[in-house]
Amino acid sequence: MSTAPPADPGLPEPSTDPGPPGPPDYAAAQSSPEFAELRRSHRSFAFPLTVAFVLWYLGYVLLSSYAGGFLAVQVFGHVNVAFLLGIAQFVTTFLIAWWYARHAATRLDPKAEAIKSRLEGDA
Amino acid sequence: MNPVRQSLALQLAAGGAGEHRTLIITLFAAFVAVTLGITVWAGRQTRGAEDFYAGGRQFSGFQNGLAISGDYMSAASFLGIAGAIALFGYDGFLYSIGFLVAWLVALLLVAEPLRNSGRFTMGDVLAYRMRRRPVRTAAGISTIVVSIFYLLAQMAGAGALVTLLLGITSETGKILVVVLVGIVMILYVTIGGMKGTTWVQMVKAVLLIAGTLLITFLVMLKFHFNISALLGAAAENSGKGAAFLEPGLKYGATATSKIDFISLGIALVLGTAGLPHILIRFYTVPTAKAARKSVNWAIGIIGVFYLMTIALGFGAAALIAPGTITASNKAGNTAAPLLAQEIGGGAGSTGGAILLAVISAVAFATILAVVAGLTLASSSSFAHDLYVNVLRKGAATEKEEVRAARWATVGIGAVAIVLGVFARGLNVAGLVALAFAVAASANLPTLLYSLFWKRFTTPGALWSIYGGLISSVLLVLFSPVVSGKETSMFPGADFAVFPLENPGLISIPLGFLLGWLGSLLSKEEPDAAKYAELEVRSLTGTGAH
Repeated sequence: MSTAPPADPGLPEPSTDPGPPGPPDYAAAQSSPEFAELRRSHRSFAFPLTVAFVLWYLGYVLLSSYAGGFLAVQVFGHVNVAFLLGIAQFVTTFLIAWWYARHAATRLDPKAEAIKSRLEGDA
Repeated sequence: MNPVRQSLALQLAAGGAGEHRTLIITLFAAFVAVTLGITVWAGRQTRGAEDFYAGGRQFSGFQNGLAISGDYMSAASFLGIAGAIALFGYDGFLYSIGFLVAWLVALLLVAEPLRNSGRFTMGDVLAYRMRRRPVRTAAGISTIVVSIFYLLAQMAGAGALVTLLLGITSETGKILVVVLVGIVMILYVTIGGMKGTTWVQMVKAVLLIAGTLLITFLVMLKFHFNISALLGAAAENSGKGAAFLEPGLKYGATATSKIDFISLGIALVLGTAGLPHILIRFYTVPTAKAARKSVNWAIGIIGVFYLMTIALGFGAAALIAPGTITASNKAGNTAAPLLAQEIGGGAGSTGGAILLAVISAVAFATILAVVAGLTLASSSSFAHDLYVNVLRKGAATEKEEVRAARWATVGIGAVAIVLGVFARGLNVAGLVALAFAVAASANLPTLLYSLFWKRFTTPGALWSIYGGLISSVLLVLFSPVVSGKETSMFPGADFAVFPLENPGLISIPLGFLLGWLGSLLSKEEPDAAKYAELEVRSLTGTGAH
């Protein structure tokens, strides 16, 4: 379906990258151990958590479709399992958002800033 | 509600209440006047492309969080979800959960890398490591298609709402209202750019939250803040008993409708992070940290709002006489305004009239602000991706670019007006869910692959965008949304060979699969240097604009 493009690869695009006079060496930065550490801190947190909350949400959708009897069980007053599970989805969403913000502030931001200042200092 | 009151409410909803109409129009006119004032003020500070597209990138995380909430809480979620809960109980509540959980995808995977590596549009990030002209073309087309579907839903909603709340029943009158909405929106965007639009979103979000909070408080007060009592009253008044609080009233009928519900769920949870008008909001803040903060604020605000829709929806089910809501609007879209009237003292009372007017004006403001956000997203992409980087090959000056964006706004606004006039009878909720499905099929796979997969290539990006876009749109075309059912766009025809109303279950995995397959099968080598640059920039913020 494709061959190498005729003209444009590699040329910095004028509108997205006016760039500093000497652009930072991104390839070297990417293969540095510091960056590998930053990437791992982000991915090992964000990827499994994304899979987890999508599964938790889909599980809830599937229960709603195929386990009506279980969800109809009343827990107290007119409040049933379905309603509580729905509220639990809100609660876990708030908790995950808070948890990620904390992880990012302590584990990601310092590493990202160190790499950034080194790269921009170079330039 | 006694029979006299009920008939009054019906009459009102069907369009006969003069004194409310004056109040609604006055409040709405005040909103338009204030927001246009803000727009002109913002327009005076709008000079370059960065101001027009990204509001000068000077908004704080909280301000942008508020604006994101304003952009996201459309008439579909405010009126639609309250109505769906009022009619279908628990099954309506499921919508709001999908709409909220979806924000975690944006928070964990998309917001910060996008802010770090892009400039004005989604296409900036998608085209970063690819052959730019074909990928930008694809990104621009998909941005415009998604935004137009969403726009169509909002314009159709505006037409329906006006009929119900202002009592305008003549065809000319309805067309005039759609045209008026379109013109105000074009003014917001052309004059105020992103800065003006962002302030309009913030004002609207505050009004919407305040209005919803007031109604929620009054409903809960009536039930002594006892949620079980509210649910019990709703179940009893709905005439469906305990089944009203259980899954199944809307989606439990057949095996197909159950699968349709799963399809809808997937589209909702994966669609948000691919909606162009949401993505461009991340460019209005100075740093990735501020982008993260704004998503966190948005999750808080939107979450609380959806929790309140429970009180709104079940409150309407509990307090309004059965049959009144469906008599006023079959889809339940007027449940929230009717509840406001009831809780304020009922039809004919001053309190009821005032609350009804306030909530109706808020609903109009909601539509207007969301339409403006959508128009800005599509005209930005038209000017920045298609005009400047594809047609002019990046050789346009900044002045020319902003001028192109303003003209694109007028053009897209005109298209929206024409579509809105023709779309007045269409099913609003279906169109919104479709916009989510198209966004999740065409935009999200390419966005995630671009940011996180080093083997991704130009053919992969093109296969994924066009494959997701075409498959989702085609599946809808051949679905019961378009033909074959009484509620379809063309009830007379029947070419609905695809049984599901939402295409997400098929088209979203297909979009991911095609992106992967296109990259593996192509002879093109991924551009390692460009990926190094994108990856380092997206995670560290080096060289961010």
